[in-house]
Amino acid sequence: MKTPLSWITEYVDVPDHVSTDELTARLTLTGLKLEGIHSPGAAITGPLVVGRVLTMEPEPQKNGKTINWCTVDVADANGTGEPQGIVCGAHNFAPGDLVVVVLPGGVLPGGFEISARKTYGHVSSGMICSAAELGLGDDHDGIIVLPADAGKPGEDVRPLLGLDEEIIEFEINPDRAYALSLRGIAREVLVSVDGASGFRDPALRDTPAANDQGHPVVVEDPTGCPVFVARTVTGFDPTSPTPDFIAQRLTAAGMRPISLAVDVTNYVMLETGRPIHGYDADALQGPIVVRRARAGERLTTLDGTARTLSDEDLVVTDDSGIIGLGGVMGGESTEMSATTTRVLVEAAHWDATSMFRTGRRHKITSEAGKRNERGVDATICEAAADRVVELLTTYGGGQVDPGVTVVGTPPQMPTITVAGDRAARVSGLDISEERAVEALRAVGCEVTGTGTLEVTPPPWRPDLTDPQDTTEEVIRLVGYDTIPSVLPKAPGGRGLTRTQLLRRRIGRTMAGAGYVEVVTFPFVGDHDLDALGLPADDPRRTTLRLSNPLSSEAPGMTTTLLPALLRTAGKNVGLGTTSVAIFEAAPVTLPRATEPAPILPVDRRPTDAELDALTKALPDQPLHLGVVATGEAEAAGWWGDGRAVSWSDAVDAVQVVAEALGLDLTSRPADTAPWHPGRCAALLLGDVLVGHAGELHPRVCAAFGLPPRSVAAEVDLDVMLEHAVHLRPSPTFSSYPVAKEDVALVVDETVAAADVEAALREGAGPLLESIRLFDVYTGEQVGEGKKSLAFALRFRAPDRTLKEGESSAARDAAVRVAAERTGAVQR
Amino acid sequence: MSGPNTEYDPVQVTPLDADQVEAMREAAVAAIAAASDLESLKAVRLEHVGDRSPLALANREIGALPPQARKDAGQRIGQARGAVNKALAERQVQLEAEHEERMLVEETVDVTLPTDRARRGSRHPITLQSELIADIFVAMGWEIAEGPVVEAEWLNFDALNLGPDHPARTMQDTFWTEPADHHVVLRTQTSPVQARTMLTRTPPIYVACPGRVFRTDEYDATHSPMFHQVEGLVVDEGITMAHLKGSLDHLASQLFGDGIDTRFRPSYFPFTEPSAEVDVRCFVCRGVDSDSCRTCRGEGWIEWGGCGVVNPRVLVACGVDPETYSGFAFGMGIDRSFMFRHNLEDLRPLFEGDVRFSSAFGSEI
Repeated sequence: MKTPLSWITEYVDVPDHVSTDELTARLTLTGLKLEGIHSPGAAITGPLVVGRVLTMEPEPQKNGKTINWCTVDVADANGTGEPQGIVCGAHNFAPGDLVVVVLPGGVLPGGFEISARKTYGHVSSGMICSAAELGLGDDHDGIIVLPADAGKPGEDVRPLLGLDEEIIEFEINPDRAYALSLRGIAREVLVSVDGASGFRDPALRDTPAANDQGHPVVVEDPTGCPVFVARTVTGFDPTSPTPDFIAQRLTAAGMRPISLAVDVTNYVMLETGRPIHGYDADALQGPIVVRRARAGERLTTLDGTARTLSDEDLVVTDDSGIIGLGGVMGGESTEMSATTTRVLVEAAHWDATSMFRTGRRHKITSEAGKRNERGVDATICEAAADRVVELLTTYGGGQVDPGVTVVGTPPQMPTITVAGDRAARVSGLDISEERAVEALRAVGCEVTGTGTLEVTPPPWRPDLTDPQDTTEEVIRLVGYDTIPSVLPKAPGGRGLTRTQLLRRRIGRTMAGAGYVEVVTFPFVGDHDLDALGLPADDPRRTTLRLSNPLSSEAPGMTTTLLPALLRTAGKNVGLGTTSVAIFEAAPVTLPRATEPAPILPVDRRPTDAELDALTKALPDQPLHLGVVATGEAEAAGWWGDGRAVSWSDAVDAVQVVAEALGLDLTSRPADTAPWHPGRCAALLLGDVLVGHAGELHPRVCAAFGLPPRSVAAEVDLDVMLEHAVHLRPSPTFSSYPVAKEDVALVVDETVAAADVEAALREGAGPLLESIRLFDVYTGEQVGEGKKSLAFALRFRAPDRTLKEGESSAARDAAVRVAAERTGAVQR
Repeated sequence: MSGPNTEYDPVQVTPLDADQVEAMREAAVAAIAAASDLESLKAVRLEHVGDRSPLALANREIGALPPQARKDAGQRIGQARGAVNKALAERQVQLEAEHEERMLVEETVDVTLPTDRARRGSRHPITLQSELIADIFVAMGWEIAEGPVVEAEWLNFDALNLGPDHPARTMQDTFWTEPADHHVVLRTQTSPVQARTMLTRTPPIYVACPGRVFRTDEYDATHSPMFHQVEGLVVDEGITMAHLKGSLDHLASQLFGDGIDTRFRPSYFPFTEPSAEVDVRCFVCRGVDSDSCRTCRGEGWIEWGGCGVVNPRVLVACGVDPETYSGFAFGMGIDRSFMFRHNLEDLRPLFEGDVRFSSAFGSEI
């Protein structure tokens, strides 16, 4: 809400010693937050003066234009007192008119510097200004012609045009709709600023009594429209200009002046907070009827949009059909125009919820709708309509029709019962009941009772409905800045949960392993999933769709962290970081067939069954760990060559996390997108699949702009966290000598090393302390299609030194099992 | 070896002559001194101390002497051998020390060479900031509560006194999921975690809820469709706005420095009433000579978040008796807190994934 300061002080007196900064600081502390103080003339510097046009010579030009060579009296403002010669392209003025002249040395908005310059065969020493050139709206039709009594030539024009005005912009909280008006802001000044006094309520005026001579109005839905007031002006001159003070104030408020009739309705809305609608009365056919629309009825609103209505929309109709969306936007057929001479003024009170729903349904945001949906004083319809007809006839001529239509009565304000000490108990401040009552009365409430107060809010405060609402009023007027600072004493807490601690451990482990954490958006689209090469039936293709995604390219909640991580890695490579290793631990969204989430009551705790239904309606959202690496795992340097990342780095990234959680993961060959079909490991915890890791499919690398042989992993951290070992037992070590046995086994290339190792481990028996594969060899010596796996076995007994031959016997037993299971042959 | 020399004939055993022994000793000592490295000392040892060395051979001749001469000769040779061994040992130590010294000099490397063979990892600054904030609350005895990101509409709105027609619902531009009649949203705030906490625990409740939230904001320097919030909730007997102020002052001072406090301005949130905007004192200028301060842009205060006394309607919907208990709640952006704590003017680097950004913060902030 933007308003000139002078408009506020029209309704309330502020002591001279209170500066604008003090005033706005005080209002900020009581709830009207200052957004900024602007001055429309701030961008204009240098001489900007009143000029009287002495002569004007039209001079046709070769380009078809006619310019006027003018001499303008600017008195001594030009330093000489001689008339100023100025070329002007506009024609809407005549000798003798007062105009706005910017002299050489002046600067207009946009940094436009004025100097004497040669043009059209003359030296033009300055410029005669239009409103647009001064930044006062976008009217380019002609220059500003000042009223004949506006001032004397040579005078500074700024005060005349309101260019020096301080325009204050407030941020209005949605519960304070009353402050979307000068009436409300002035009242806030009155209650907030020390010494402010003399509030003059613009909605307090004597209005003529209702009679039956006004335009007939029938309200069929008094709940939706409790009050409808109609007044008519006849003989109105539609060509009458809007007076400057109205145009300037509307402009300051951010509304564009349009025509006197429209501007007056907007002006009264800003003044009182009550939205007004004006109809071309000659376009009305028969009585006005207010009702709910029938589903499917249509209306073209005055923004030119044809709308299909819902049976919840409140509409204004006449014999021709629907002529307006009540309280939200008028219709085209009865819109006021440049030929309207009879104006019907509607000031109606509408149900706020209906206004909100209609606005949202039709995606209409308007100044009227904003006020109507937040709650307007229902008692000022007659006053507002009366103010409109007064201004229309004052500035547009014509007569006020004696007919006064008033249908309905304003709804009663509720009474709130609240303990007199509630504000004290809630704030922690020492607020007496007397102080609380005083504050409530200051904001307009009627208060009765002691100990327990009966509070009736004023009609402009429909936001006050509960004891907590009146409590806030009291505390904000006493002052939020007086609330003391007291640290509450929490009972001894449990600290971070084990899962929270482990998640931190995972992050630190990954960082320690050389991976950089990134945070990505969880939105995904088909092209991402296509780029991963997911087959049509891959469950990751089933995403939870958003109704209103930011981008139609990514309308779903992602089921995998990989697309975003791959894109991120590609972006880094593109930026010249050729070795990238990143990870993210974040939830993914896995839809499942569900019932809708119920909308539960709010006047009681839901039952456990109801809460269970809420939980069951949500998709699975397991925490995933995604890893992508490309380039070198170890850098090349003076020490020698680097080492390119390989599938094994991706597997190991998961393994280090598993070790940090005390888990033993096993690998199995897998063929799963987006990985290379021969270089992908499924990672298992016992029989439970936790995810995959390996080298990416070459097509996937290409799709994400990554070099070939980039690697990735993705695992379900929730599964891993669930199995994380909590209390690990202390290990015991044997101090007897170790016996080492190496064994090289030749197997088919297709045999998994993990299977050979498992067989060896089983066959070696209880004396086996550890086993480690230390070499893989393929080549002529082992033959085509074969590979040799070299294992180092360590044997040790817990309680004695092994006897000669014991370890070799265990080794042989191990080899026998490996031979049986995997066809291994010892080299 | 000669047989026993039964006839004393000094001429026959000239090697045992005092002068001879002295000459052998001198020759050996001179050779030892002349050995310039361990290799040549080894040769000297063989020549002058070894089994075939003159002194060793002379020693063997002692048995051939008449008994009355053996003592003198033995003493003489023993002394000579002792002197030679001592010289040898000393030279050995000396040459070893020289050798080591030379070896160490030769092994000198350029220790200014780069050492970054292994990749360096780092954590995301927002994760670190969230953990730092969580730790501040945990130190106060609070607990950290969490909940799902895809959330039931009722928990994100209705339970928090944002009914279906509440104007505030349009303030928070919500991502809705399909089908619309399933009433599932991306949470617009971490407040549903507060509701879940009240629904599943009994007071006293002291929790903080950090997490990611979503709004349909176009992505620019100050808006992101996904960002991070931390909210706090206390429900206990006798809780007042003074406790709220105390908790926020404590968080501010822990996060931004000693003496940094907060101020309240009246505001509106459906889930709290009374409600307040909370500003944190500018930790750069501390409100003194703010005019030139770029962090607070001359205000002396920085808008930080929202807070208030939990609306009794919320307590009722979440199964807490508003007659017995009262509470407060607050929320602020983690990203925003990070931005002004670390002087970041555009939030997009937080979500762009340029590894240079995260790397700059390492693993602690």
